[in-house]
Amino acid sequence: MATETPAGELVDRLLAGNRRAAGQVISRIEDESPDVESIMRGIFPHTGNAYVVGITGPPGAGKSTVVDELIRVIRASGKRIGVVAVDPNSPFSGGAILGDRIRMMRHSSDTGVFIRSMGARGHLGGLALAARNTILVLDAMGFEVVLVETVGVGQSELEIAGTADTVALVVAPGMGDGVQAIKAGIMEIADIFVVNKADHPQANKTVADIRDLLRMEIAPRAWTPPIVKTVAIRNEGLEDLWIRTRQHRQYLERSGELENRRKLRLEAEILEIADRRLREQVLEPSTETEEFQQLLDRVVHRETDPYAVADRIVPRPGLGGV
Amino acid sequence: MAQQGRYRILMAKAGLDGHDRGVKVVSRALRDAGMEVIYTGLHQTPEQVVRAAIDEDVDAVGLSLLSGAHMTIFPRILDLLRQEGGGDILLFGGGTIPEDDVLTLKQMGVAELFTPGASTVDIVDWVRAHVGRPTEASAGR
Ligand SMILES: Nc1nc2c(ncn2[C@@H]2O[C@H](COP(=O)(O)OP(=O)(O)OP(=O)(O)O)[C@@H](O)[C@H]2O)c(=O)[nH]1
Ligand SMILES: [Mg+2]
Repeated sequence: MATETPAGELVDRLLAGNRRAAGQVISRIEDESPDVESIMRGIFPHTGNAYVVGITGPPGAGKSTVVDELIRVIRASGKRIGVVAVDPNSPFSGGAILGDRIRMMRHSSDTGVFIRSMGARGHLGGLALAARNTILVLDAMGFEVVLVETVGVGQSELEIAGTADTVALVVAPGMGDGVQAIKAGIMEIADIFVVNKADHPQANKTVADIRDLLRMEIAPRAWTPPIVKTVAIRNEGLEDLWIRTRQHRQYLERSGELENRRKLRLEAEILEIADRRLREQVLEPSTETEEFQQLLDRVVHRETDPYAVADRIVPRPGLGGV
Repeated sequence: MAQQGRYRILMAKAGLDGHDRGVKVVSRALRDAGMEVIYTGLHQTPEQVVRAAIDEDVDAVGLSLLSGAHMTIFPRILDLLRQEGGGDILLFGGGTIPEDDVLTLKQMGVAELFTPGASTVDIVDWVRAHVGRPTEASAGR
């Protein structure tokens, strides 16, 4: 087996534009290798320049085809594009066939495009964290736009979509319950609705259904999400989608919302890191002492209660600081 | 929980013919064996295969080829992999390839070639034995 390249060397190479190094760094992120922290610290100062667009929606709605077409449209303006295609679908074996890339293969001969497929497997720290760090790698590599494809179903997918600056929710007409396929929670984070497969006779009905759903929303929106019709297999409507995306970006920038959102995300990230450390370095070790085990037995026998024991690990407010 | 030996395999079909049944069957067998398979579909050029292999950082590339262009396509992929710094990525393949050519290609660096008679079990077993990363524990630090 080849010996591992030191993290610092890999980071230097990827910052110089080396794709092999970038690919390997992303693997370390996915493997949750112990050097991820030092890698991410090396990368972080070079990030913050990419515009991140989330493409989410139910299975089979045409997300990958839309991404493929968006790449074409955006590349025409000369911008370099990174793509993270997250496919959380793994059977019990832990294996997976990651197939999003098939629809984007024509861009594989373009050095201005970097596509990475990501399965759900083995992500102890969460798929969302791995996806987020991968976006940062592509950002640091100088990709100006990063497209993130996720199936809009589970919690981690929602989290991933939540890391994007603009979220486009792709739905297709005639998919069972139609708009019912839009899960609660994803509707609220959509900045743009895409009704793909607009060649389908039910397309206008789907557009009307989304309009109704938006009208019924209680929380007011500062930005009214546009509804864009596309036929991704026939290259129709994608220019419009990109224009809408840029309009949303302008809105975010002018209103100060972009800076605000990014700041909140960084705050959440700091808390997440601190939280993990607190758990690993303080909370978990505190359960390993003999004293704790004795207290636990007393809780079991109802001689004391869980709150009293927790007070010993983290004092209750008012009982004096840690 | 340290990572188990992690397998990431790119499966591609080169050439002009539209038969991807074989490569799909092998892809599914690898998946069922717990591996992550990136399937890239039909009509792939060596450039596309290698770019995908590098960006996706796979451990191995499995190439299916029926069209008889094996003596140009396999060496080209090996060359490009080396140029891109991916000389350590294993290349294996399948197709109707005459025995002499199999020998030549293996000398050039193709890790293994499966003829149409090979079973998916053979292929999965071979991949398991030859591909895969060291686990956290065996890699050391
Ligand atoms: N009729 C029609 N079919 C489309 C359109 N766009 C995509 N498709 C087809 O819909 C199917 C699914 O497309 P994908 O792009 O793979 O959909 P996806 O949402 O990425 O699918 P998953 O990643 O598996 O969730 C494919 O067979 C596409 O060819 C469209 O505009 N019209
Ligand atoms: Mg897809």
